[in-house]
Amino acid sequence: MYEHGVLTALLAWPVVASALVLLGPERWAKHVALAASVVEFAIAVPLWWTFQPVAGMQCVLDLPWIPAWGIRYTVGVDGISLFMVLLTAFLVPLSVLGSYRYITTRQRGFYALLLVLTSGMIGVFVALDLFFFYVMWEVMLIPMYFIIGVWGGERRLYAALKFFVYTFFGSLLMLLAILVLVYLVGRNTGQYSFSYAYLTASLSGRGGLGPAAFWLFGAFFLAFAIKVPLVPFHTWLPDAHVEAPTAGSVLLAGILLKMGTYGFLRFALPFFPAVALHPAIQAGVVGLALVGIVYGGLVAMVQPDFKKLVAYSSVAHLGFVMLGIWALTLQSVQGALLIMISHGISTGALFFLVGMLYERRHSRLIAAFGGIAKVVPLLAAALTLVSLSSIGLPATNGFVGEFLVLIGAFRTYPRATMVATTGVIIAAMYLLPALQRVIYNPLDKGANEQLTDLSARELAVLVPLLVCIVWIGVYPKPILRRTAPAALQLIQSVRLDAAVFRAAR
Amino acid sequence: MTLDLARYGDLVWALLPELVLTAAALVLLLVVAWRHRSASDLRLAGGLSLAGLAAAGAAVGWLWWQRARAGGAPAMIALDDFRFVTDGIVLGTAAVTVLVSFAYLERETLLAPEYYVLLLFATLGMMLMIGGADLMVVFLALELMSVAVYVLAGINRKSAAAAEAALKYFLLGAFASGFLLYGIALVYGATGTTNLTQIGTAIRAGGLEQNPMLLIGLGLLLVGFGFKVAAVPFHMWAPDVYDGAPTPITGYMATAVKAAAFAALVRILNDAFSGVAVWHQVVWGLAVTTMVVGNLIALAQRTLKRMLAYSSVAHAGYLLVAVATGTRAGSGALVFYLVAYSLVSLAAFAIVAATGRAGERDVRIDDLAGLAERRPWLAFGLAVCMLSLLGFPGTAGFIGKWYILVAATWAGQFVLAAILVLTSVVSAG
Repeated sequence: MYEHGVLTALLAWPVVASALVLLGPERWAKHVALAASVVEFAIAVPLWWTFQPVAGMQCVLDLPWIPAWGIRYTVGVDGISLFMVLLTAFLVPLSVLGSYRYITTRQRGFYALLLVLTSGMIGVFVALDLFFFYVMWEVMLIPMYFIIGVWGGERRLYAALKFFVYTFFGSLLMLLAILVLVYLVGRNTGQYSFSYAYLTASLSGRGGLGPAAFWLFGAFFLAFAIKVPLVPFHTWLPDAHVEAPTAGSVLLAGILLKMGTYGFLRFALPFFPAVALHPAIQAGVVGLALVGIVYGGLVAMVQPDFKKLVAYSSVAHLGFVMLGIWALTLQSVQGALLIMISHGISTGALFFLVGMLYERRHSRLIAAFGGIAKVVPLLAAALTLVSLSSIGLPATNGFVGEFLVLIGAFRTYPRATMVATTGVIIAAMYLLPALQRVIYNPLDKGANEQLTDLSARELAVLVPLLVCIVWIGVYPKPILRRTAPAALQLIQSVRLDAAVFRAAR
Repeated sequence: MTLDLARYGDLVWALLPELVLTAAALVLLLVVAWRHRSASDLRLAGGLSLAGLAAAGAAVGWLWWQRARAGGAPAMIALDDFRFVTDGIVLGTAAVTVLVSFAYLERETLLAPEYYVLLLFATLGMMLMIGGADLMVVFLALELMSVAVYVLAGINRKSAAAAEAALKYFLLGAFASGFLLYGIALVYGATGTTNLTQIGTAIRAGGLEQNPMLLIGLGLLLVGFGFKVAAVPFHMWAPDVYDGAPTPITGYMATAVKAAAFAALVRILNDAFSGVAVWHQVVWGLAVTTMVVGNLIALAQRTLKRMLAYSSVAHAGYLLVAVATGTRAGSGALVFYLVAYSLVSLAAFAIVAATGRAGERDVRIDDLAGLAERRPWLAFGLAVCMLSLLGFPGTAGFIGKWYILVAATWAGQFVLAAILVLTSVVSAG
């Protein structure tokens, strides 16, 4: 019973709850939203135990939706999407709690949108029908647009529009690619279906779709690369992050960016293995990932704005994920999945901390702070731990993922991996000086002497994140055990299909 | 039920909605001849026209319910679901226009009850155009519709802009009618008939696919319809006319006139010219230029009404994509998109009519900032309309666009679908 209903409940409950938020009075909005998101988390948590560490989809529910077009309502999770669903359910309550003081106007609208966004995010990760996936992909776009555009900073309209147009561009191309894919597969097999299982089954082992596959891969690639973001497509990210309210930044970095990498793992690679493993494409993607790692880090180094620094550090971290995915070894793919999880936790925590600093000083400039460790010891300790985890210090979650990606990728791309390793050093070079200038150095600005330390509510936001940082850093096995079968299956099928294709040539 | 259109009795049944509407329009004409002095007279005329539209709608519904089909020899009137659904769109649009006009006419002090009479006659013309299975019927209906709409565009005699709009529309519309009539004459010359089905038969039987007279006639027909649906490069009149006409009439022109013209175009192309392949390429080109130009120019507009005008040009491009496929799925997609687009466009123009103040012509987009504070529900409605015009999931616009995309890809028109998608992105900007 739980297994069949859980994903649908996770999808439906936030929508119901957002209606409750809208109907209730303004001053209850945040409490209702918090309760609703805690319930959402409680629904999701048993997945951790009911999930069997084997390959294949679990908790599947498959119902006809629009039979005339071969569209079904199909949801399910495997080792790749399980932790994205859990991470979403985990970060949303914290985001609500973290917005208690930040959001002061039109609270009902804000929390209702946040809950609708939750549905959209969960939907993207559990959808196993391409039409449904596309719908969810767009559903999550609108709430985020309004969250940035209404509750954001000074240049919020520009940032929101930029975010919207970039994502919309990619997603419409993806929609077209989905349609053409279904049409081409349907023409070969005689059955038009948007079902993920059906499409992968009919595509695998047949050597691909010929030249059309290249264009289809290109459309999927653009949609996902914009979302990741890979370097030439990343320019929406700093604007969106800086202007978004704290909860928006946290979910944007924590969940939305992972939709891109998830899309590569779930759709782009299994559908078009021959294209993805074509030497030129391989070189291009790995090259872009390396550029992201190095360039993201270097640009982060010169940012005067703490929030922008964190935003560019995301570009670098996601570069590691892309490298791990394209290296296609068990360690590297598992490492990529682990970075996806731990980046959500660490960067989420960093954005919360920057938001807390902003609430106190109304400035995000690194130069506005200095020596605040004496005034706010708890906040300083939390910031230190989170920064170290983002750098990838051993015994924090950041280390495990990056280490796995590097040793895994070394077998496939030794030279590229050597370049990527410098990214770890660059991360230390931008985060440690920033940390020093914010919390150490002399306390030379009068305004900083009156800062208040973390309140109980803020501790409630941060402590779960800090616990996860240390726990994953020390004992990642429960996560790796659950992701391994799915990762292995992915690698084998992609490599096999690509080999079949090459043999056919 | 099957109606033999050669018999008068059956013909009356087949034309029942049109006859009902004609009667209603004539009654209304008599009423306003005596009652045309006060605001209450205006409301009376509006109420009567609503009743007439509802009665005609009931007649359409009855025919649909009875599954009326034509039997016997090819006739001048078609009886099929395509006609009934499109009739429904046109009648619904007219009814909404009447409802919006109540407040608008009083606010602008336009005490002209003949407004409603003209609206009914224009609607009647559209219904005949949609049902016409003969080029002559289509042409006469088009003129009935056009003449009424020319006057409606200039109904505000105090406004210079409205007079300019009406004159421009009239001149270019007359031009388009000329093209159309000349095209009909050439097609008649080539095939010897004006009946759509018989034209199709004559082309196939006589091997006329390459006949120059027929092709020139077809080209002129496309030019004439291109004007009516405001396809680029025949769209020049649209923004000025949409801008100058009273806002409810702008909404009416952007939806009902367009729906009727598209319905007639699809019927003519598919029934009469399915044997001539060349029009696919022509419509293909029209669709591409219309989508690209309409969206790009809409981007640069600063007043809401002009932006909507160009966006309606762009939407004509999307509809042309459905026409260009030339398949049954394409026609289905066209009808569905017309429904979705009419609903949304009407709502958007109604909101524009509601935000403007008396005598004010331009609602600038910048003026709408803060609308959410002053009139939250209106702002919410506008946001939903814009999302639907963009084609977002959860709105009718998405299903419409999806349907067109499916029709285009299934027909192998990948490039056209790609251009549709790319220009949609522009419309987001």
